[in-house]
Amino acid sequence: MNIHEYQAKSILQEYGVAIQNGIVAESPEKAVEAAKKLSLETGTKVWVVKAQIHAGGRGKGKIEGTEQRGVALAKTVDDVKTISRNLIGHNLITIQTGAQGRKVNKVLIAEDVYYPGESDIKEFYFSILLDRAKECNVIMYSTEGGMDIEEVAAHTPEKIFKEWVDPTIGIQAFQARRIAFNLGLSGNAFKNMVAFVPKMYKAYEETDASMVEINPLLKTSDDKVLAVDCKINIDDNALYRHHNISLMRDLSEEDPTEIEATSHDLNYVKLDGNVGCMVNGAGLAMATMDIIKLSGGEPANFLDVGGTANATRVEAAFRIIMKDPNVKAILINIFGGIVRCDRVAEGVIEAYKNIGNIEIPIIVRLQGTNAEIAKDMIEKSGLKVQSAILLSEAADLVKKAVG
Amino acid sequence: MSILVNKNSKVIVQGFTGKEGTFHATQMIEYGTNVVGGVTPGKEGSSHLDRPIFNTVENAVKATGADVSIIFVPPAFAADAIIEAADAGIGLIVCITEGIPAQDMVKAKAFVQKKGVRLIGPNCPGIITPGECKVGIMPGFIHRQGTIGIVSKSGTLTYEAVDQVTKAGLGQSTCIGIGGDPVIGSTMKDIVQLLMADPNTEGIIMIGEIGGSMEVEAARWIKENATKPVVGFIAGQTAPKGRRMGHAGAIVGGAEDTAAAKMKVMRECGIHVVDSPAFLGKTMAEALKK
Repeated sequence: MNIHEYQAKSILQEYGVAIQNGIVAESPEKAVEAAKKLSLETGTKVWVVKAQIHAGGRGKGKIEGTEQRGVALAKTVDDVKTISRNLIGHNLITIQTGAQGRKVNKVLIAEDVYYPGESDIKEFYFSILLDRAKECNVIMYSTEGGMDIEEVAAHTPEKIFKEWVDPTIGIQAFQARRIAFNLGLSGNAFKNMVAFVPKMYKAYEETDASMVEINPLLKTSDDKVLAVDCKINIDDNALYRHHNISLMRDLSEEDPTEIEATSHDLNYVKLDGNVGCMVNGAGLAMATMDIIKLSGGEPANFLDVGGTANATRVEAAFRIIMKDPNVKAILINIFGGIVRCDRVAEGVIEAYKNIGNIEIPIIVRLQGTNAEIAKDMIEKSGLKVQSAILLSEAADLVKKAVG
Repeated sequence: MSILVNKNSKVIVQGFTGKEGTFHATQMIEYGTNVVGGVTPGKEGSSHLDRPIFNTVENAVKATGADVSIIFVPPAFAADAIIEAADAGIGLIVCITEGIPAQDMVKAKAFVQKKGVRLIGPNCPGIITPGECKVGIMPGFIHRQGTIGIVSKSGTLTYEAVDQVTKAGLGQSTCIGIGGDPVIGSTMKDIVQLLMADPNTEGIIMIGEIGGSMEVEAARWIKENATKPVVGFIAGQTAPKGRRMGHAGAIVGGAEDTAAAKMKVMRECGIHVVDSPAFLGKTMAEALKK
């Protein structure tokens, strides 16, 4: 599950991590109030207005049809109002949102942390995530903060450092010191970084995050170490033990059809193609998408109906797939193991009849227990459904349907 | 011959009396697996499916000499069940449970490694040596005794491969679903090594998917050490970047964990890679003739 920057920062604060302070607002008027309040609390004289959406690249992104950036500096409260008005209720297009952009519902009014002072300001990159190959958590950090880390990795990989954490003993003090030394820090900034690392690791581990990314992590001109931005993903499998975090879910950031699918216990991901599919099992579902492509179509979705492909679930899946107007054919691919194919066929026929007239061709491939009986049932049902047993036969039927 | 399980394996079921545990234990017993008992805390002294129930894995091992455990415990308690089994001296743990938090698995994996115990899964269909022993949730009847070893991250896609192998007139030595989570017990390379060393296995089918680098590690090992043909497939050639495809680990992060990148490395390492999963069985049969 993804959360917004302002929510992620509130989590960091609970763990004692120093952050760039800010107040979230849902309207230009509230944004002005937030700016005034923030000045009283922090003494800031200028403000940063930051669009809150679940996508990166906000600083370079622009509001659809305008030059308004997703992150902008406001020098007066009037600026705060204008920028907030430009952002709230409009679509922000960034490199991660796709051409349609994402609607901004909230802005974060944040304090200025780039004020001049005795020492140089520095921007770092800092993240914690699971290293799948080493099967432990890894802290990834770099002196090159404030830019796209994939670019840094591609062009100057020597500037990215990694610190692996042994799961049996956790993060150690020497590791925090090594990070601070590698970032070239000394004095108070060094001390602040050494304190920052274990707090961050604790926040990551205790919230069951799958990733925490701070970019930039800022060393201020008075040697503080602050999280200026923060992105946190939480492991969906662990949400049951984080009730407060699960309340942070923002449904407006998610595809409505995917939300509906989840309510039917269907695992659905919308794609851009023309052939819908309904499959039992995630691996076979991905393989079925591949077969659609090899047959000349493009998959319109990923959909795993799970182990019990009964009439109710098949009907729900049909309805979800058919919401997409681009779908020109549907391939149902079920490997009946413990669930018998004749039971699945019954479910398909019943669901088909419940929906009424389906205009697009349906290809049903049932393999496994009682596959022959199932094929016979479908062929005798009088419905406009084509049936196959072998995967290669199903591929040929898809080819015909999209050809 | 086979790997990891055979007719002498003594199996216990953790989460024995639950709905899933009961259903699949029944299926395993019908298949001929030597299920010697089960664990459900608080029910020791009674029996279920004509097998004794124990409070702890330790008690079950002492009383029955069990060397294999299969876990059907809900996700919140599954990592604990894995650690308990490893602590009790079980040699092979098969965890079926889907949805275990990744951080729980990081700790559980570190513990089983320290104990030198083999873990299969979690979020997997389990392991079967046809005609001898089924420790999992796969449909037994599609399998046939034979010489092809199958290792896969998937459930139903593995059944698809099994079915094609059977229809191609071949059978299976041992089939293992290793699971689709980010952190799993046995890796693809671990299982390929075992199958390569098994004298009764003549060919290996390796089915991977997007996400992680497990297939590439296995492929590099195969390049240096293969003594028998390997047929491979990677599911998710059409999966978009950054979207999770059902399995917790099936997500394209960078360029290296796409299906295309993995298939390229596998081809370079001498694996017979098929573009369509419809040709797994046929390709294996042809590879064996060469």
